[in-house]
Amino acid sequence: MILHVNNVTKNFGGVTAIKETSFSVDRKEIFGLIGPNGAGKTTMFNIITGNYEPSSGEVIFRNEMIHGLKPHLIVRRGIARTFQNIRLFSSMSVLDNVLIGFDFQARYSFFEAISRFPRFIGEEKRIKKRAFEILDYFGMSAFAHAKAVDLSYGQQRKVEIARALATNPELLLLDEPAAGMNPSETEELGNIIKKAREDFDLTVLLIEHDMKFVNQLCDKVLVLDYGKTIFEGKPSDAIQDSEVISAYLGDFHHD
Amino acid sequence: MKRVGFKMTVKKDQWINLSFVFGVIGFIGIANSFFDEYTIRILNNIAIFTILAVSYNLINGVTGQFSLEPNGFVAIGAYVTALLLVSPEAKQYQYAIVDPYPFVLSLHANFVVALVLSGFFATCLALVLSFPVFRVRGDYLAIVTLGFGFIIKIFAINYPEVTNGSLGLNDIPEFSNLYWTGGIAIIAVITVLNIVNSKFGRAMKAVRDDEDAAIAMGVNTFKAKTFAFCTSAFFEGVGGGLLAALLTSISPDLFDFFFTFQLLIIIVLGGLGSTTGAIVGTILVMGGSEWMRFLDEPMKFFGYTTPAMPGLRMVVFSLILIFIMLFAREGIMGKKELKDLFKGRKRSAK
Repeated sequence: MILHVNNVTKNFGGVTAIKETSFSVDRKEIFGLIGPNGAGKTTMFNIITGNYEPSSGEVIFRNEMIHGLKPHLIVRRGIARTFQNIRLFSSMSVLDNVLIGFDFQARYSFFEAISRFPRFIGEEKRIKKRAFEILDYFGMSAFAHAKAVDLSYGQQRKVEIARALATNPELLLLDEPAAGMNPSETEELGNIIKKAREDFDLTVLLIEHDMKFVNQLCDKVLVLDYGKTIFEGKPSDAIQDSEVISAYLGDFHHD
Repeated sequence: MKRVGFKMTVKKDQWINLSFVFGVIGFIGIANSFFDEYTIRILNNIAIFTILAVSYNLINGVTGQFSLEPNGFVAIGAYVTALLLVSPEAKQYQYAIVDPYPFVLSLHANFVVALVLSGFFATCLALVLSFPVFRVRGDYLAIVTLGFGFIIKIFAINYPEVTNGSLGLNDIPEFSNLYWTGGIAIIAVITVLNIVNSKFGRAMKAVRDDEDAAIAMGVNTFKAKTFAFCTSAFFEGVGGGLLAALLTSISPDLFDFFFTFQLLIIIVLGGLGSTTGAIVGTILVMGGSEWMRFLDEPMKFFGYTTPAMPGLRMVVFSLILIFIMLFAREGIMGKKELKDLFKGRKRSAK
């Protein structure tokens, strides 16, 4: 067990976005977080990454409580994320985007950078080499010096995942990775995620609406509706569960 | 082995920058011995404003934190340098409003120490200021920093025991010359470029492009902003010191909001985020506004003499600014640097 969300509740004023939700993600699992719009999925992501503090409950990552920590420190402990709407650094090259992920791993001080100390040159060389390795892995090293915003949507999504992997995470959170992609791009993405799990020893937690994608990819899913857990288990069972169906399509019996 | 390492570290970009630096040093040498006093004065101004613009651009352009405080830091640098350079005897009769504190009279140091201390004080203040200032983003940041600039000026007026109030400080020894201003300008430009081309500069740009995404990459955005702010304050302090030792007299009125505004024009005109742009902007604004002085004087057109129109120069200057901004929305250089221009030429030649 790498991540354990224990009895988390999140209130925004009078609105309860997440109510007493608990789940655990095992090491190297691909875990899907699904549910209709407004179910609290992205809120859950923001709680895990430290952008929100839970109103009550706890988030445990590798046996340490991480809720209440600053977001950038949670990243350094090994939780990386991508965004629902791709958020690359628009003025920077693809290589620089990936190098940002190495920001806290490059060990030289401010004054070593100003004076171009040997350690600066060595460390820059080291992280550039590793950035190229990750870009190579995604077949993107040919675009290293292109501006990130000039790439196609699918390529940008790859760069975003590459950038997240540069932070050397154990847990990768993907917020609707297949959104806006055509079926062939979606399939490619699924294969990349599966392959990266093996090669980078990753655990993946993802939000997704594309049920076919979820069904093919996820080992386990959690279905949220209005902040409450309505199903936890295999994705193939989820689409046959009556409560899940009524959450998505409405309840026919009380019409 | 050694030669391979040398080849890998000294790249073409660095050769371009290096030859540019030597070009500037050569130019300073020539200017000092051949140009008249008026031209040298303008060059001094350009060099000092290069220091200020390049460092202001680090926080405003590179880090994207729209702040309006440089007049405050420049004022601090100018006052620290002035207080350290004016001899105790000269101070005795300058303080006409009230008697100065005894420690003010005893302050005395050489030029280098004065400049370093100017930068040091500005940096310390920036460090303290960064805690409240970077709690807010965007427009709010601009207002908070604007307030700081005003506070420094008001402080200078209302604290005559130290600053001699609105009379200011006079008889500052004229230590600034082209070697000092030009040399420090080169140091400032190299320092800023080295920061921009390191993980700190990347973090600053990431903060500018998308602060939340930067946090999600493990970047300590507060640290990135504070580094930019303090570096900028250091060079603004040093620049203020050079300015004081160039003008030989300073008063609070010199450091009002117009000072910041002028720097803002320079960096926006040159291209926010581009160090090369900041230098180009300085040369155009500082040099251009001097060159256009002939517009204020009576002119002859085809035998017909127009009367002198003081202020015409600023009208024309503003019009030129408007036109440049209309046709180059991101400033003259955009976000490009000197090396990018050479790359662009090479690509189009193929």
